[in-house]
Amino acid sequence: MIGSIPLSDVLLASGALFSIGIAGVLLRRNAIQIFLSIELMMNAANLALLGYGAAMGTHEGQIIVFFVIAIAAAEASVGLAIFVALFRHTETIDVNKIRLLKW
Amino acid sequence: MTPLWLIPLIPLAGFAVNGLLGTRLGKSFVSVMGVGAAALATVAAYSRLIPYLSGGQGTFIETYGSWIAVGDLSLDLAFRLDPLSALMLSFVTFVGFLIHVYAIGYMRGEATNAGYARFFAYLNLFMFAMLVLVLAENFVLMFVGWEGVGLCSYLLVGYYFDREYAAAAGTKAFVVNRIGDYGFLLGMFGIFTAFGSLSFSEVFGKAATDPGRYAPALSLICLCLFVGAMGKSAQVPLYVWLPDAMAGPTPVSALIHAATMVTAGVYMVARCNVLFRLAPEVMLFVACIGCFTALFAATIAIVQSDLKKVLAYSTISQLGYMFLACGVGAFTVGMFHVMTHAFFKACLFLGAGCVMHAMHDDLNVHHMGGLKKKMPITYMTFLIATLAISGIPPFAGFFSKDAILSSAFESHEPLGKVFWAIGLFTAGLTALYMFRIVSLTFFGTFRGTSEQEHHLHEAPRSMTGPIIVLAILATVGGWVGLPAVFGENANLFARFLSPIVTPIAGRELAHEGLPHAVEWLLMAVSVAVAASGLYLAWVWWGKGEGRVPARLAATYPRFYALLVDKWRVDELYAFLFVRPFEWLARVLWKVVDVLIIDGILNATAFMVELTGDFLRFLQTGNVRNYALTFLLGLVALLVFVIGAI
Repeated sequence: MIGSIPLSDVLLASGALFSIGIAGVLLRRNAIQIFLSIELMMNAANLALLGYGAAMGTHEGQIIVFFVIAIAAAEASVGLAIFVALFRHTETIDVNKIRLLKW
Repeated sequence: MTPLWLIPLIPLAGFAVNGLLGTRLGKSFVSVMGVGAAALATVAAYSRLIPYLSGGQGTFIETYGSWIAVGDLSLDLAFRLDPLSALMLSFVTFVGFLIHVYAIGYMRGEATNAGYARFFAYLNLFMFAMLVLVLAENFVLMFVGWEGVGLCSYLLVGYYFDREYAAAAGTKAFVVNRIGDYGFLLGMFGIFTAFGSLSFSEVFGKAATDPGRYAPALSLICLCLFVGAMGKSAQVPLYVWLPDAMAGPTPVSALIHAATMVTAGVYMVARCNVLFRLAPEVMLFVACIGCFTALFAATIAIVQSDLKKVLAYSTISQLGYMFLACGVGAFTVGMFHVMTHAFFKACLFLGAGCVMHAMHDDLNVHHMGGLKKKMPITYMTFLIATLAISGIPPFAGFFSKDAILSSAFESHEPLGKVFWAIGLFTAGLTALYMFRIVSLTFFGTFRGTSEQEHHLHEAPRSMTGPIIVLAILATVGGWVGLPAVFGENANLFARFLSPIVTPIAGRELAHEGLPHAVEWLLMAVSVAVAASGLYLAWVWWGKGEGRVPARLAATYPRFYALLVDKWRVDELYAFLFVRPFEWLARVLWKVVDVLIIDGILNATAFMVELTGDFLRFLQTGNVRNYALTFLLGLVALLVFVIGAI
């Protein structure tokens, strides 16, 4: 159980996941990969919530994580739908090539 | 007994109905409503005046409640009936009514119902304001009427607002009057400071009982009040608006710019006679201005070719006579001339309106001639009024003008004889220029186009009726003020008005009266001068068909041009006031407004735009750039928060 792992280890793992996520967002060009990296960052946050919840001996952390997972699922479907639409229009999902919103 | 408030309220109601509903209700309804209101007001006024005249003729003050009460200032909504306001009331309502009747015929050709309704609404509003002015019991209420008539004058001068000159004339009348009104306001402030009250009875009572205390302040106060009178009554140097005011319809010229409104200044000076008598130097000033105006306007009138312009200058000249009378202390005589002038000048203007209709709105006397046969009624009434204004007995003008001249002659000021001489000369000029236009208009042969000649016709009965009544009044109206040579009590008018000239403590009214022989002589001289003026005009323009004056004009071309250009006073004012003011306005517009104020605003907007022009390049459209910025911002925030702990 997560309660048996020291909080600092949990946070280190969470931090590492988050950093990997950031790196993915900044470095990747494929929109789906960026999207996966964002999911990674979100799960890093989930992990931190679980770790803190266990350390404080309460259930709220776990409850919030359930919410996050549920909303992330909804968000994923919206995001993927956007990518599909985008691809139909531009034949690409390379974010470097999609620069419509500029001056 | 009719309450006084009812009299001005009737025309106000007429104004409200015609102004609000007139456009929809049609011309005949508007005529009935407008003329009916004037007629009812006349009936109401006379139902009050007749018992007043047969009864004690005292001073009745009707207070309807408190109007303004602020600090030391306490004003009542009150009307006053005394001989002076009774006199004004009698002819303002009656002459006003006649002119309303005339206006039905005159305005018949008005194209739209809206214009017709507007005209009668304004005329009724004018009646209301004028009645408030003459009935008011305090300076402020008088000022309400004073401004009201000024407003109506503006509205009616600019009645044909789609013609540029009429709109400009209305504005000119308003602006010049405003200068005078400013003087009146300052005078009121002065009175309130000195007397602590603005009620007529209180102020005049205090001044009369304790003249030594108030006299020093009164010079300035009276001067300010007189500036107000100058503006309203078109005296030099504020007379310039009145000739231009002829741009309004002729009934307006007759009612407002001849018979009633322009005499408001004389009325006000006569009303404040107690104050003016305590400021002898201002009285002298009033007399000088009046005398000069009389002569000055008469010289211009001789050479003008616009029929209404001649009458306008003659009005200015006659108003000068009235102020001359007030200035030499003969207030009742001045008011007498106000009354007789109302009759004959209204008659003249209405006659001119008939001629104007017959001539297709052409007012140039050089295009007329021989109208005597085509328009007999207009001719007869115009001739009677001309004889009246020229001072030929037994017409009304003779008595009032003769009384003014003899008052000037016997006035104790050293300048009295000079005033008399100038007044006499002006009387000759008056006869000359008036008979000039009569000759040019009605005698000889027609000089206009054949189209105009075919159109010549006598005016309809609604127009000739009022003129005939006015001509009768211009004939008999003077008989109420017979000179003293006809007996001690012959002058009913002076006796009636005498209560308004209240005695001042410590200063007796020094009135010896001239020996009868001198008075007969003065009368004979003034009649002789007037008659020779008439005769000269007849010889020059009637018989001689203008050859002599044309030769005179050719001999002195520059002087003639100066007279035709009305002494170029308008040009002088344009140079001294109008153009510098326009220049200042242009500076305020082009420099202060456009350059500075708009400049500041536009510069701010430009800076924002400029900044935006540079900052927009931050929007690359590349999502990863945004993400990086986002991250950097987050890091900076974290560093900031953690650093703060």
